[in-house]
Formats: sequence, structure tokens, C-alpha cells
Amino acid sequence: MSILSADHLTKSYGSTVALHDASMSLQPGEILAVMGPSGSGKSTLLHCLAGIFTPDGGTVTFNGRDLAALSDRERTRLRRTDFGFVFQFGQLVPELTAVDNMALPLLLAGVRRRPAYDRAAAWFPRLGLTGLEGRRTGELSGGQAQRVAVGRALVTGPTVLFADEPTGALDSLTGENVMDLMVDTVRTEGTAVILVTHDARVAAHADRQITVRDGAVIAPEVHVA
Amino acid sequence: MNVPTTLLGLLEPEPSHGYELKRSYDSLFADNGRALSFGQLYGTLNRLERDGQIQVLGAAPGEGPDRKRYVITETGVAQVETWLAEPERPEPMLQATLFVKVVLALLSDRPAAKYLDTQRDAHLERMRELTAMRKAGPLSRTILADFGLFHLEADLRWIDMTTARLDQLRNEITR
Ligand SMILES: Nc1ncnc2c1ncn2[C@@H]1O[C@H](COP(=O)(O)OP(=O)(O)OP(=O)(O)O)[C@@H](O)[C@H]1O
Ligand SMILES: [Mg+2]
Repeated sequence: MSILSADHLTKSYGSTVALHDASMSLQPGEILAVMGPSGSGKSTLLHCLAGIFTPDGGTVTFNGRDLAALSDRERTRLRRTDFGFVFQFGQLVPELTAVDNMALPLLLAGVRRRPAYDRAAAWFPRLGLTGLEGRRTGELSGGQAQRVAVGRALVTGPTVLFADEPTGALDSLTGENVMDLMVDTVRTEGTAVILVTHDARVAAHADRQITVRDGAVIAPEVHVA
Repeated sequence: MNVPTTLLGLLEPEPSHGYELKRSYDSLFADNGRALSFGQLYGTLNRLERDGQIQVLGAAPGEGPDRKRYVITETGVAQVETWLAEPERPEPMLQATLFVKVVLALLSDRPAAKYLDTQRDAHLERMRELTAMRKAGPLSRTILADFGLFHLEADLRWIDMTTARLDQLRNEITR
């Protein structure tokens, strides 16, 4: 049984058709890479799957429920508790400290301050960030900031992590380290991942890949003997 | 690089003499490896004939291999088909073979994009294995796996760029 699926999604921005027939499904705990050329519709697909955009046609099903049938409140709750997000950059508040950033999703989900900060702090050693709790995230290196972002995305214990070019702004070695940490952590937590990337080395961390081309999904057909 | 199947692919559109095949082969593929020698050409054609992949359509009277005109057989077409559709084992230094496959597929109106997608999946599969190897360590194995990963990544970039320019390439070589 898949945990998240898209059936025949279509989505246009004005006259630009971003998705014309996109279908895919994600198994629980699976890491799925979404690849494809620039402008092919990868981010649009991710946003539709995450309930950030409403597709023009087709359905997104999470845990057996059609996202379009949920109320706005229910969808917001879903995004805060069941889904986590890591982007290339920009999801941290630079003026806040690393631990403030990490605790923020918990506070938004209604966890009280003390337990929220305790849970947030517990992530620092797991991500190799011990000692950086009080540092403002604007003063972290790119690799450190992405590790905070990974923690921030996972701190609420989501079922699905959405990652759009999570290492896009990092050099190869730093990117590999962030990927290693991210993959190890989601494997331990049992989180499924939608990993959008151009980078084959990043995609190679996934269990399988799909390719988006001209707004449609091309799934692999055969394997080499 | 698979010379016999490449010659089959070049012969497929229409019956040809050996020297015509050599001319097509050299103009399309020679900068990529070496020009075909006549010995290699006729040796290969004889073997293909023996294996039932080509037939002699008729020989002009007289002596010498240049008098024969060859035509591909159904077995030969099936061999071309299989070779094009089957992904290569992902390993460094594949470019010559992949290039030939793309050109032959375009010349014969076969789905080049689909073959490249299949190759892409084969490459990613191998990259997943190498990624598992680099994670398992020790560092010496990681570094070795990295070598393979960077080379396969370069192939993949070429596959992506080529996929994006297939229409242009088709126009150029089938003009
Ligand atoms: N907000 C928007 N308004 C108008 N057009 C958009 C918008 N967002 C995306 N598009 C267009 O939709 C198409 C798909 O864009 P999308 O961002 O999904 O591609 P992508 O595969 O993520 O590309 P990249 O790899 O460059 O991030 C593109 O043609 C893009 O220009
Ligand atoms: Mg994008």
C-alpha cells in the first residue's frame, strides 16, 4: 500500500503547462528520487504532493485520503505534523538561533515550550551539530545550516519528508555528508522521502528514481541483467 | 564498440556493397575510434553471412569481395534491435558505444530517447550500488567507489544533454 500517490495530475501557470499527466506513488519508508531537466515540473509535482498547490486535475492521496477533500485547516495541520520540508536554502530564520529554528515546528504544532526545546536539543548530537545550538543560523556554514534544516524538517516525526535540491548549494563532499546524515536519519525514523534533484550522485542515495520530462512522469521499465 | 552489429545497423536501411558500408562507417564513427580496415570489414561480413545475419544479394561476375552486394536478414534485424534496446553495463569509458547506438537508432527511426532512458536507469542502479559501497567504508573502498561514481555521473550528464538534443542530431545525420 502506498502512503502517498499522485494520479494523472495536471497543473498550469497561466498558459504554461507545468504538469500534463503526472502519476507516481511512494511506499512507506521509501526514498524516491525525482529527476528531470530544469523546468520539467519537478518542483510543481512536489508542491502538489505536499498540498502546497492544488492541482488543476487529478488526485493526490495521502494515507488513503484525497488531499482535495480536506479542509484548509486539515491540510495545514497535515503539512505541520505529517510532512517535513528541506529546500536548497531559505527555510531557516537567520536571526534565530539553531535551536530556536529546530524548535519552531514543534511550537507551531502546539507542543509546549519546555518539551519543544528538549526535543529540539536532542537532535544536535545526531546531526553532528553539538555546540552550535545557540548560534544564529545566518552565521552557520552552508553544510551546517542544511543539517539544521534536516533536523527542523524531521523534529515533528513526519511520515513524509519533501526535499527539493537539499544539497544544491553545497560542494560535493559537504553535499555527500548532508545526504549521508539525512538518509541515516530517515532510515532510523522510518520516514519516506521525495527527493527532487538534478544530481545523479544525490539520486543514488534513493531506493529508486522516477524522471519527470515535459510535465509527465517516466518510470523505469527494465533493469539490466 | 560492437563492429559487427554496427555494420548490420548500417546495412539495415538498404542493401549495400562492402565499400559503401565502410564509407558510412568511417564518416559516422571513425573519429571516435579508428577507420575500419578492409580486412576487418570483409572478415566481419563473412562471419555475418555465415551466421545468417546477412545474405549476398548477388555478385557481379569476376573476382574479389567488392563485387558482392549484401542485404540484412530477419535474424540480423533482430540482432540490431536487441543490441540497441539493451542497456550497456555501466562502466567508465562507454562513450563510443553509446554514441554509436544513438546514431544507429536515429538512422533507423528507432526510439533513441527510450534507449537512453533505459541506459540512464542502468547507470543509476549501478550508482546506487556504489553509493552503498562508499557508505559501508572503509575509506579506501569509499574513495574507490567515488571514482566510479564520478565517471558514471559524467556519462549521465552526456546522456541528459544528448536526450535534450536528439531532434537536432536526427536532422543533422539523416539529412
Ligand atoms: N510560479 C510560477 N509561475 C509561472 N510559471 C511557473 C511558476 N513556477 C513554475 N513555473 C513554470 O512551470 C514549469 C515547471 O516548473 P518547475 O519549477 O516545476 O520545474 P523544475 O523541474 O522544478 O525545474 P528546476 O529544476 O529548474 O527547479 C516551468 O516552465 C516554469 O517556468
Ligand atoms: Mg525546481
